[in-house]
Amino acid sequence: MSENLTKPENQVYKKTDVLTDKVMHYCPGCGHGTAHRMLAEVIDELGVQEETIGVAPVGCSVLAYYYFDVDMQEAAHGRATAVATGIKRVFPEKYVFTYQGDGDLAAIGTAETIHACNRGENILIVFINNGIYGMTGGQMAPTTLPGMKSSTSPRGREVETMGNPLKITEMVATLPGTHFVTRQAVHTPANVRKTKRALKKALEYQKENKGTCFVEIVSNCPSGWKMTPVQSNKWMEENMFPFYPLGDIKVPQ
Amino acid sequence: MKELRLMKGNEALAEAAIRAGTDAYFGYPITPQSEIIEYLMHENPVDRTGMVVLQAESEIAAINMVYGAAACGKKAMTSSSSPGISLKQEGLSYIAGAELPCLVANIVRGGPGLGTIQPSQSDYFQAVKGGGHGDYKLIVLAPATVQETVDFVKLGYELAFKYRNPVMILSDGIIGQMMEKVELFEQMPRENKDYDWATTGKKPGKDSVIVTSLQLKSEDQEKVNLRLQEKYREIEKNEVMYETYDCEDAEYLFAAFGSCARITRKAMEMARKKGIKVGLVRPISLYPFPTDAIYELGSKVKGILSVEMNAGQMVEDVKLAVNGKTKVEHFGRFGGVIPSPEEILNALETKIIGG
Repeated sequence: MSENLTKPENQVYKKTDVLTDKVMHYCPGCGHGTAHRMLAEVIDELGVQEETIGVAPVGCSVLAYYYFDVDMQEAAHGRATAVATGIKRVFPEKYVFTYQGDGDLAAIGTAETIHACNRGENILIVFINNGIYGMTGGQMAPTTLPGMKSSTSPRGREVETMGNPLKITEMVATLPGTHFVTRQAVHTPANVRKTKRALKKALEYQKENKGTCFVEIVSNCPSGWKMTPVQSNKWMEENMFPFYPLGDIKVPQ
Repeated sequence: MKELRLMKGNEALAEAAIRAGTDAYFGYPITPQSEIIEYLMHENPVDRTGMVVLQAESEIAAINMVYGAAACGKKAMTSSSSPGISLKQEGLSYIAGAELPCLVANIVRGGPGLGTIQPSQSDYFQAVKGGGHGDYKLIVLAPATVQETVDFVKLGYELAFKYRNPVMILSDGIIGQMMEKVELFEQMPRENKDYDWATTGKKPGKDSVIVTSLQLKSEDQEKVNLRLQEKYREIEKNEVMYETYDCEDAEYLFAAFGSCARITRKAMEMARKKGIKVGLVRPISLYPFPTDAIYELGSKVKGILSVEMNAGQMVEDVKLAVNGKTKVEHFGRFGGVIPSPEEILNALETKIIGG
């Protein structure tokens, strides 16, 4: 019986070759793995594995270069879009992407993010927003919701003293340099398919040199939020999505 | 073909960058080195060689753009002056850690803080001791003329790629701003080499290339450090550069680098006229430092005066070099003040001869 299942005609799913066989370090239920898979599948389907250079951030996805089977560079915290600019300017014909979390992209890397988008660098920025610093143990992020608890906002985020969550995706959408800006999620099969379509569009636009494509993926962090994966997805739908509504924010005319 | 021009140091450095086949320059304006990016933007080298020039949003962004381009195997460079170089230290540490080649010019101005826009040598420590976090070294070249500034662009890339290590040209506001006759080398082609350590796109059947300075296991990170140290010992063995003037019969010695060495040379001539037998040693590579040479020279003299446009930085390396064999003192003007030959001579007489 099990032998039959491995026959090619019985296979309904095959891992893309653009993902390595390394066991991912991500926590159970975390959205990173799915987001990685969607991006890798898109690179595979477009046949651009050999022409793609990725930039990993500092954060939970710091080891993304172990999972994507493409040439990759590890950037300093927040500097991924500057590093990607350096790559793209010397290799304008390659596909260049960054994969960054909210702390990396929207706190320490805000200047690099805004200016790369404002220059209209022909790169894909994948932005994973889970409202928390996962890798360092659940501290407040620039996107942490008002009232949301973290290890550095133990009574909940008090916006009067800690500031407001930053909707950086809406900000970059106002810049003439961005071509396609969208916000997606990967917690349901329907959302996964939408995310994949968005990533595919974004890489296709890169070939046309249209400007920066920015794909935010609102994700969960079961460990940082101290919830089960199922609870975290429900919490995300009820709390994150009203503040960070899904859908396209800027679409090419 | 030899081409002679009268050029400002900063503009000559920019022209040399184009001629050395630089693939990409990323910079941010700061006095006294803004002429470098201005000259490049004016020359528009994309039309001459295809070289990329980009004004970044900050020095931090510029050095990280250098990281990205350097990790693609390209000749990448940036330039700045002291406060801007401080901002680049994070990036330089990552570049050294990831073992990437690149060229950085520091046209030093007086500090600390915002300091002054006048020339200084007060970034010596930052340049030769690493500068950022972690155990690493930059190869540091200190030009004393506009000519050397030009030559060190070419040499800098050679060393950077030979050792896959960042190279810093440690100049200052005098050399950056003054005009001198300079012989420019011929235009070199941009290389477009495909290095096996560079991210150029995954090759079929080969592992993907990862450029990183991260090792999660301490044993692995120690291995990286041991490899780096081995490389630095190799650099110390092969790449020491210095010049000596009138050291054969010298009873005393000046030690000075960069523009300050030129002023000190004048003080040396004045001393000789007074019958004081003094020589001058000018370290050209500040890292690797000419430790052995200064030990040899220092063993034969009664004292060494380290003359610097700072509060006493290179003097520590001179002291380490002579290892107690000879008296070593420092004389410096700082904060953007340039010492006169007269006061240097006076310092020799009071601190070394009469001291």
